[in-house]
This record gives sequence, C-alpha cells and structure tokens, in this order.
Amino acid sequence: MEEKVLRNVLEINDLVVSFEMYQKGFRKKKLEVLHSLSLDVKEGEIVAVVGSSGSGKSVLAHAVLGLLPKNATMTGNIKYQGELLTPKERKKYLGREIAFIPQSVDYLDPLMKVGKQVVGVYSSKERQRQLFEKYQLKKEVEDMYPFQLSGGMARRILISAAVTEEPKLIIADEPTPGLNVELAMDTLRHFRKLADNGTSILMITHDIDLAFQVADRIAVFYAGTIVEISPTGDFLAGGKNLRHPYSKAFITALPQNEFQPLKGTQPYAGDLPEGCLFAPRCPKAEIACNGKIAMRDLREGKVRCIHAT
Amino acid sequence: MQLKAENVSFQYGENMPWILKDINFAVESGERVGIIGPSGYGKSTLSKIMAGYYKPTSGKITLDGESLPQKGFCPVQMIFQHPELSVNPRWKMEKILNECWKVDEDTKHAFGIEKDWMGRWPNELSGGELQRFCIARVLSPETKFLICDEITTMLDVITQAQIWKVLLEVSDKSNLGMLVVTHNMALAEKVCTRMIDITKWNK
Repeated sequence: MEEKVLRNVLEINDLVVSFEMYQKGFRKKKLEVLHSLSLDVKEGEIVAVVGSSGSGKSVLAHAVLGLLPKNATMTGNIKYQGELLTPKERKKYLGREIAFIPQSVDYLDPLMKVGKQVVGVYSSKERQRQLFEKYQLKKEVEDMYPFQLSGGMARRILISAAVTEEPKLIIADEPTPGLNVELAMDTLRHFRKLADNGTSILMITHDIDLAFQVADRIAVFYAGTIVEISPTGDFLAGGKNLRHPYSKAFITALPQNEFQPLKGTQPYAGDLPEGCLFAPRCPKAEIACNGKIAMRDLREGKVRCIHAT
Repeated sequence: MQLKAENVSFQYGENMPWILKDINFAVESGERVGIIGPSGYGKSTLSKIMAGYYKPTSGKITLDGESLPQKGFCPVQMIFQHPELSVNPRWKMEKILNECWKVDEDTKHAFGIEKDWMGRWPNELSGGELQRFCIARVLSPETKFLICDEITTMLDVITQAQIWKVLLEVSDKSNLGMLVVTHNMALAEKVCTRMIDITKWNK
C-alpha cells in the first residue's frame, strides 16, 4: 500500500468554526469551537477521530456535511476529491458518494417506517432486505417506526442506510455505542472491507478500543482541535510511541490498562487558555506553551506540542 | 441490605412480547453486580424496574423484604446513560445538583465539579461534566443502592476513568450495592465484584 501515492479523498484545511450566541439582551458573542483544524483522509483509508465528549468532534462531521446550524460561521476549506465542497457540490454528492452515519435515531424521520427510510431516494427494496439480513435485522423491523427500535437496532438501521449506495466517503459519527461487542466488531470489519475496496472512512468515536481494531490513522481531538495524528500502530504499542501528552493519558485511562484518570477537565469553548489548550493539565507546561502552537510533522505523524519528541 | 428481584416478568403492553420472564436475583450491600448482554435483552428495562420506575407485570422488587417506598426518598437510585436527558433543561446546574440532597463540598470536590459550572445551563456543559452532576446528586447518605445503566458509555475513556474512580471510592466507603449495566467487558471486569450474563436467563 505504501508504494503508490494515495489521493486525498477528503481534505480539511485550517477549518475554524464558531457559533454566534446571545449573551444578555441583544448582545452577541462569538464562540469558537473548532480551531485551525487540518485533516485528510486518503483513498481506502480509515481515519478515526477520538476525543472526549464536548470537544467538538460532531461539529467537524457536521461542517463537512454542511449540517451546521444557521448561527455558525466557518472559515478554511474542505475539499472532496480535490474539489472545493460547496453547497452545490454537496447536493451532488451527499447520499450517493458521501454518506453519513449519524449519532442517534433522532436523525431518522419519526413518522416513516424504517424500511422505507433505508431504501431512501436512490436505492431499492431488494438491497435493503439484503442489508437487513447482513445486519441481523428481522424482516418485521422493516415495518417498525424509529421509536420501536432498541438502541442497537437503531444503530444497525443507520449503518445500513448509509451503505446502500456503496459510497466513496463515509462520515460516521459514533457508529458503535449501543451495540454489543460482536456486533460492533462486525460493523467495523464491514467498514474495513469497504475501505479495502476503496471507500474512505472518517470515523468519529470516543471508543478508542474499537478505533484500534480498524483505523489506519488516529487523530486525537482535544478542546476543538486535533493535537496528534498518528498511525494506529503507535497507539497499540502503548503510550511510549505517542507524541502528545494527552494521547498518552488516553491510553493510560483505558480499563484494560491502568484505568488511571488524568486530573482536571477539558476547557470550555468560551473560556480557553492562551496558546496550548492542554497546558493547564499538562505536567510539562512552561511559559513557552503560552504562545501559538502550530501542528508540526513528527515521525510519520503530526503533533501540536512543543515538547513532543 | 439486599435488593431483590423475585419472579419478575415484564411486558410493555398486554399483547406485547415478554421482555423479562421470571427473573430472580439479588444484590447485597457492598456488592457490584455487572449485567452483561447484547442489546435488546432488556437490560435497561430491568434497570428501570429495579429502581422502581416501572412496575413489573408480575413478581416484585423488594428491599430487605419490603417493597420499594412509594413516598419520600427512594434508597434505590438510578443513573442513566444520557445525562443530557436526565436533567431539567430549564434549571441551572446548582438547582439540578441539589435536587434531592444538599451535595456536600467533599462530593463536589471528588467529582471535580467546578464552582463556575453552577451558574451554567445544562446545554453549556459536556456530557461528561453533566454526568458528574447526575451522579453526585444521587449520592445522598440515604441512598443504599445504585443502578448504573451504561453510565459511561457515551463518555471518553479519561472521563470514564475519572468517574468510576470516584464512584468506586464512594461505594466502598458507604457500602453501597450497585447494579452495573454495561457492554464493556474490560470495564465490567475492573469494577464489578460479580457478573451476570443476561443471555443465560430464559428468553
């Protein structure tokens, strides 16, 4: 796989997303939730974005798909197959070449039977039945409404809806919670198979275990930006190969490892520290960390930390 | 103390399928019982029955032989999977936190609940931060049993480790009995003293 240079299917450059919100009366305030974020997903590659809840991972997915609410402003650019992803382009690709697996059933139409929703606009009943069988959904499920589904069933419905058209790029926002381990693994194996056939997958998850199983690269998200992008192998080798102190803490906190938490909490988007966002919790923090910290290349990966080696 | 399910069966409506059938098991004080099983086996339903939110169709839930109190503070408390759905969006965090008891400084400190979160609305906190509030508010001295339904599934691993660390300390100190519903085997092995495979129950 290393020999040929793979094309970037999705390329995000210097993305900044902020929300406008009302403070008191008519005074407005801008809340920046994603800060100069860059990320690319190559052909046939699975990139997992991991990070704590509330770090803005879903906002990233929504920005790519053009699902941001009206009070959001976005700068920087997003390219799909080298083309700038404008609203017009999105209309052309979404649902066909670009598919989305949303976070919850709330994204389904509550008044439409799920079978029909999986068929969607472009697919067929036959394909839907085939997918239901694949995801171990009984035939009756087809005629159910979203409120009748259990969490795991709903998840499988969302996944089957996304893969009906054999998309080139899948954005999956937390595709696995609510599934038991076998089914989650099965889903991920399916993702892997899709990726091996050339589909690119951007998988947003907080379940780093599952990311380990299938991802080619893992991007660690913290307080609205990516602090490290590394090949999955570096994560599997334990903390020592990782570049950023936050990624190291992530590995240590796993129940199968030490299960030791890192102190403190992620800063609130309205109240961010100057310079390095991780500095208040970092054991190595020093004055130099208060400056602007840019992403830099380091050993086949990227890191946003001046101490990393 | 002992929280016990005696011949509990449950269905959501008269002609609906049985979710649980003749379930018998008990949780003792100081014990942490893990309930493991795939989705759709009624784990969440069982949690709600054990906490007194649902009445079993037949059978009963007893606490030291008595049925759960219908009035006043219930010594069996539940923590839900989605903290954002278990708080009143129109209350500020301070009111939410002190809903059932005046949470003491130690508990607040242990969960890392910060002062300036108190004046915020629930939608200004992340899931992990909200879940700390949801746990702290049920840890009143009167609480004897905790039902935890996938309480850290939606959280990242650092927050998960933070929350469980405190929860285990508190439960050891106050000799709480816990029912831990989870998918995560590694987590269950780390926190539970005993595990039940729900698929072994007749379905």
